[in-house]
Amino acid sequence: MGVIAIQETPLHVLAVDDSNIDRKLIERLLKTYSYHVTAVDSGSKALEFLGLQDVENFQSFSSNQETDVNLIITDYCMPGMTGFELLRKIKESKSLKDIPVVIMSSDNIPARISRCLEEGAQEFFLKPVRLSDVDKLRPYLSKNERKTTNDDDDDDNDDGDDDVEGWSDEDEQGRSDEDERGQAVSMDQSS
Amino acid sequence: MDGVTQLQRQFVEHATSLYREGYLDDQFTQLQKLQDETNPDFVVEVVTLFFEDSEKLLNNLATALQQESVDYKQVDAYVHQFKGSSSSIGAQRVKNVCVVFRNYCDEKNLDGCVVCLQQAKNEYLLVRNKLEALFNLEQQILQAGGSVPMIV
Repeated sequence: MGVIAIQETPLHVLAVDDSNIDRKLIERLLKTYSYHVTAVDSGSKALEFLGLQDVENFQSFSSNQETDVNLIITDYCMPGMTGFELLRKIKESKSLKDIPVVIMSSDNIPARISRCLEEGAQEFFLKPVRLSDVDKLRPYLSKNERKTTNDDDDDDNDDGDDDVEGWSDEDEQGRSDEDERGQAVSMDQSS
Repeated sequence: MDGVTQLQRQFVEHATSLYREGYLDDQFTQLQKLQDETNPDFVVEVVTLFFEDSEKLLNNLATALQQESVDYKQVDAYVHQFKGSSSSIGAQRVKNVCVVFRNYCDEKNLDGCVVCLQQAKNEYLLVRNKLEALFNLEQQILQAGGSVPMIV
């Protein structure tokens, strides 16, 4: 039995930032890695995009979701819903909780950083975000890690390292079956 | 020395002085790295957004500090925004003023805030003029058929 799974659609990142300058920047940074980017200016718009209509009373929603987001990167300080609150809502959602979330902040506050990581953020980037930061996202956007709202998640693909230190040097897990753009091609053949 | 070479030399001199005098920091270089054939005007676009944003913020700050009862949380929010945007484009001196400005907000020190606002405005105008001159030189070089030197 042979299984060939080829990543066809570009990986989709949802970027959340109330600053138009920072949205433009993060979008450009992400696009250099050929990710497909949706940028919104608030946490509530992000949740709306992800399929949670009523942010106060959301229930776990049906798996007929249109959105197919592979990673969420959000600013911490935003009016209304902060990035931390957005992170928490995502982690509380049955269907969204496996989407990796990255927090960005211009303030270097250790307590804030650990709180975000404890709440489940994969990485914490200090602003201004650079290409070398975006490079660290690749392990979270490889096929093995990829979780979308459409995933039934029957197969246990998530080998994710739960002890990832969010903001230390991320070691590239040398997956030989991953091409440079983080799009995994896996060929599994048994004779 | 032909016209293009002279323009290129002026460009290099102007750009290096901006870094040397601290108007710009490495983040501006990072922006330039993001500009290519598919995004040929990226730097100008981002910087133009910064100009528009800054002018609004400076006006808002002036108004906020003129209130009978100053709302320092609001002032701080504006300064935080200004600090963020200036940091994102590499406008180092503006950013540094914002850092001091936020401290005065924390202390609810009106005089300190007023002085910082003036300084922020001055630094903003300076960097704006210098960036406009830089972009102008770029345009002239390109129109003369030359290529814009990379400043490492």
